[in-house]
Amino acid sequence: MSERLEYELDVNGETLPVRARPEATLLEVLRDELALTGTKRGCNQGVCGACTVLLDGEAVRGCLTLAANVGTRAVTTIEGLATNGALSPVQRAMVESGAIQCGFCTPGMIVTLESFLRANPKPTAEEVREGISGNLCRCSGYVKIVEAALIAAGGKP
Amino acid sequence: MSAFVEPLGQSLPRLEAPDKAVGSARFIDDHVLPGMLHAAIAQSPHAHARIVSYDVGKAKALPGVRAIVTGADLQVRRVGGMLKDETMLAVGKVRYVGEPVAAVAARDPETAALAAQLIEVTYEALPAVLSIDAALDPAAPLIHPDFASYVRTMEGNSRGNLIWDSELAEGDVDGAWRHCDEIVEAVYETQAQQHAYLETNGVIAEPEQNGRLRLIATCQSVHHVQIRVSEELGIPMSRIRVQVPRVGGGFGGKHATNIHSIAAWLARATGKPVKLILSRAMDMEIQKSRHPARIRIKTGAKRDGQIVAREAEITLDGGAFADESPNVLAFAMLMARGPYRIPNARIRGRAVYTNKLRAGSFRGFGNPQATFAGESQIDELAQRLGLDPFDLRLENAMQPGDRWIGGQTIPSCQIAECLRRVRDAQRKAKPLPPPKPGRKRGIGVASVTHISGLMGTSASVQLRTDGTVALNTGCVDIGQGSDTAMTQLCASALKLPVERIAYATQDTDFSPYNWKTAGSRSTYMTGRAVVAASGVVHEKILEHAAEMLECAVADLELRPGGRVGLVGVPGKELTFKDVALRSQFRAGGPIQGFNGLVFDGPRFDPKRALVARLAFDNLGAYAFGAQCAEVDVDEVTGKIEVLRVWSAHDVGKAVNFGSCEGQIQGGVAQGLGYALYEEMVWDDDGRLANPSFADYKIPGSLDLPAEIVPIVIEDPDPTGPFGAKGVGEISLVGVAPAIANAVAAATGARLRRLPMTPERVIAALEGPG
Repeated sequence: MSERLEYELDVNGETLPVRARPEATLLEVLRDELALTGTKRGCNQGVCGACTVLLDGEAVRGCLTLAANVGTRAVTTIEGLATNGALSPVQRAMVESGAIQCGFCTPGMIVTLESFLRANPKPTAEEVREGISGNLCRCSGYVKIVEAALIAAGGKP
Repeated sequence: MSAFVEPLGQSLPRLEAPDKAVGSARFIDDHVLPGMLHAAIAQSPHAHARIVSYDVGKAKALPGVRAIVTGADLQVRRVGGMLKDETMLAVGKVRYVGEPVAAVAARDPETAALAAQLIEVTYEALPAVLSIDAALDPAAPLIHPDFASYVRTMEGNSRGNLIWDSELAEGDVDGAWRHCDEIVEAVYETQAQQHAYLETNGVIAEPEQNGRLRLIATCQSVHHVQIRVSEELGIPMSRIRVQVPRVGGGFGGKHATNIHSIAAWLARATGKPVKLILSRAMDMEIQKSRHPARIRIKTGAKRDGQIVAREAEITLDGGAFADESPNVLAFAMLMARGPYRIPNARIRGRAVYTNKLRAGSFRGFGNPQATFAGESQIDELAQRLGLDPFDLRLENAMQPGDRWIGGQTIPSCQIAECLRRVRDAQRKAKPLPPPKPGRKRGIGVASVTHISGLMGTSASVQLRTDGTVALNTGCVDIGQGSDTAMTQLCASALKLPVERIAYATQDTDFSPYNWKTAGSRSTYMTGRAVVAASGVVHEKILEHAAEMLECAVADLELRPGGRVGLVGVPGKELTFKDVALRSQFRAGGPIQGFNGLVFDGPRFDPKRALVARLAFDNLGAYAFGAQCAEVDVDEVTGKIEVLRVWSAHDVGKAVNFGSCEGQIQGGVAQGLGYALYEEMVWDDDGRLANPSFADYKIPGSLDLPAEIVPIVIEDPDPTGPFGAKGVGEISLVGVAPAIANAVAAATGARLRRLPMTPERVIAALEGPG
């Protein structure tokens, strides 16, 4: 068994102590050490995007990010998006548009869209498709996800 | 209390969607139990080899290792579908690269993985059989030398490496060819596709009190996992409890598998909970694929377009174990004539063993293979006859009251309407800008059929003393939306707001039996049980109310929102709560309704058709559709770009309109992956060359057309719940032939092999047509 490192992570606005193997990824630390299991492991290879989280607002792959290198950057996971129990506009639009089927890609997809819509608040459908092109979904054909993103952006699908 | 709004047909948001949106929905890998151990699997490096010996000494000596099991430790109890030929770990020999040969339970995943690597197995390599032709060679090595001794449900005329050999025929095919003016014949080949559910397969097994074992399995049926573990470990079903968490996609890939028994074995050996979650690579290496197929098919017609005869010879590559090969084969055969009035048809089907991953159930279940061949050939015939492909299909389309091959009468059939609707939608759609230089555009169509009824299911409905309802079925929601659809059906039947119905999760200790979430059958089969069980509760409510109000049952009616009252007297009524309290505490006992059924539609007619060794005799509730693709083909690069897809489906009645659309859009996407990108590739040594999402490409958002247009046609089926039929698989089935037909229309090049990669497009453009 390898040595464990001790450090702190700023996750969803809270500073949390972490004790993890030096090679642990952010995905592993979130899920296994901090019990934040909303972030999903789909391929553990950086392809599927199910493990997407925000680092200082920027979408990154949890499975490709070394947790020990995160430092003081703010980590936001799917659990950190609803405020006082109220769904974020992206979350609400995903629910109401029927864009959630099995739900396994959903956390990564929503986190990606949060970041994308902050950078591009009024996207076209084509821009949304480009924006989510790094997140795989096997259930939906992405049609209703694109609709949800446009609704969340205040437009019509 | 919220008011009643008729829920049928509404695009009600999924009941569990908010949990999934905030990350609180719990999937298998999100569960942690006290004292839980982690399992890892040691795999075969050989495609075909005799196991000489095991040495687990080094693995056992590793600190943290709690248990090791190899094939030598098993009391052999083979499991399977029609043929019981498989064990959870290889025993005596290995039959594919990656096959589990041993498993370890250890205190953490890293230790378990390291220990699995330290297990030493000595092999004596055997020649491997890696293709259909190699398997059928009379001199081929036998993959299952003990085949004759295996338990089987029926005889499949098996011999050598042939798993099954069956025939389905009507009319006089041999005599019919001379009445044909045009005959087309070709061979079509399809590949192994992987389910690629975003959540890999996994299970936790835990010893419970009284010698029982509990499994939490991401699966498509708790009852199916229960029976497999029972058979494989020799434990009575009553001692095995299976529960299911949220399931991250299934598509046919999450029925009972080897991992369930492996985890159960290790849990019993250690007395601890054992978690086994597959990596993406291992999931692809040891679970299953869609059957690769080779289909020779021949169709003949009169000059005016009347199709006279069709003959097909389907050969499926089943991989190392039979699994559901006999059934997939039977269904492919049943779909090979297509939804047409063809009086003379003969289908021969064979499935063979090879030294590759087992093939099994996957959305479409043999139908995508048969339909790729059959619907491609309809266009080849249309071209030969000089007829429009839509017109040729419409001229021969089945009508309500016609019989399917085998003799079953089809009560509802809107295939012609589906064809007209996609043609109209395509014609009326805003024209796209013309193709760029070097690209050509074409339109292609395919007819599709699927079933929605088979096997057994059941439901129970219980009225609580506060007037709310507990709904229990064995139907697992794997992402398709059955939790919500079942709730809507129950709510509609009892005129209750959906909020007052709680749909229970599945647990073999409590859930009424259901075969599986499979075969597009949940809405049709379990839905019927839900409606009938709700009907029993309805009747009992009226009986109690009649006594309470001192009137006749016939004078009472259910009123929206959980009330029962005297017909024509608005004020004279009781709430469900009044009735439930009285029944539970004063008379009659709690109000509960139960219904169980097995598919009860017409069977094959032996007087009409030859049905020899078909591994199904009781399925139906046929649903129909038509799919149309508009594509551009780049003649320089060979790239196919699908611009728009229209997909029309005769669903009987859409229980949840939005979910129905979601199923159609998702099926088109998975069908497009099958058509253009996805292929599991084995190298010359039988090793899967692309077991990762980096090397096995499933469609991303930019690989799909911007427009996937679902067209929902509602012609209530007289036997369905409120007229509903299934829509889970059918939208995948016709995408590949629709695209192939569009490519041929655009360029004249006919692609007869999937996936239609740029290399194959170029070859078809350059080669003879």
